[in-house]
Amino acid sequence: MIGRWLPLAIFASLGLILFAGVELNRGRERGTVPSPLLGRPAPSFVLPALRETEPMVDSETLRGRPWILNVWASWCVSCRAEHPVLSALARRAGVPVIGLNWKDRREDALAWLDRFGDPYHAIAFDPDNRVGIDWGVYGTPETFLIDAAGIVRYKRVGPLSPEIVEREILPLLAGSSP
Amino acid sequence: MRSGPWSWLTLLMAAGTALAAIQPLPFRDAEEEARFRRLTAELRCMVCQNQSLADSDAPLAADLRREVLRLMQEGLADEDIKRFLVQRYSDFVLYRPPFRADTLALWLGPLIVLFAGLTVLVVVVRRNASRLRRDASQPLGEDW
Repeated sequence: MIGRWLPLAIFASLGLILFAGVELNRGRERGTVPSPLLGRPAPSFVLPALRETEPMVDSETLRGRPWILNVWASWCVSCRAEHPVLSALARRAGVPVIGLNWKDRREDALAWLDRFGDPYHAIAFDPDNRVGIDWGVYGTPETFLIDAAGIVRYKRVGPLSPEIVEREILPLLAGSSP
Repeated sequence: MRSGPWSWLTLLMAAGTALAAIQPLPFRDAEEEARFRRLTAELRCMVCQNQSLADSDAPLAADLRREVLRLMQEGLADEDIKRFLVQRYSDFVLYRPPFRADTLALWLGPLIVLFAGLTVLVVVVRRNASRLRRDASQPLGEDW
């Protein structure tokens, strides 16, 4: 009697496992890998500014207050899509938004800013991905939130949307400002 | 979508000159090069679907190859280099995932399924064998 139902039971449990696998991965975006930096100290960096007349960008000077790091490039199409959202965030957030210009050419990046506007407090220039590797950057745009103690609290791979800013970033900022 | 132009570029490069696109690195000797090839074949390119660092034309993979060679030349062991990358890019960079509590199902799952299959096989074969024996032991002409 049991033997008769065994194949059905095996089939049902296999189906359940597959269903659980699909269901558990539903909310997750394809291709985004959770950052091992979350909850850890942000990698420090000192890089030249994108604008050669500006002083070096030193992450140590940002310590003591929360800040946002946004990794972008002029060749990055999603960065352009994200640009208005980031600009609005920079106006509202009340914390410095630092740009990390990644694997880009200086003149292209500057032309991009001229065309679309510059939402950044300061922009570090990382054409050969020295600092990008330390931050585990693999797909622009990427946005990190660093708290006043210098700990990475949040990372988003892919463009920000107004919903993400509202639901994920602003509450974290409200929680982490003194 | 996310890395738009790069994926197109990668596609273009892959179309014709895959080998030419991987720029030569300044190896000190053949032994170093062999070690580099072994190591990068075990590391995953973050932006390509299932290509190793050794195989990929993606610009990010080129950066990471350069970084791996730099760390090798600084005297780091393979394990240290892997740790360096895992700390930045997570376990995803490793083709061979570490054996840990949260990867037990990954490592042991196939063995468990194999074992379950073997058990079912043995049970079925034995049952059939005993039925055959029973049938054989009964005289054929009983009903006659």
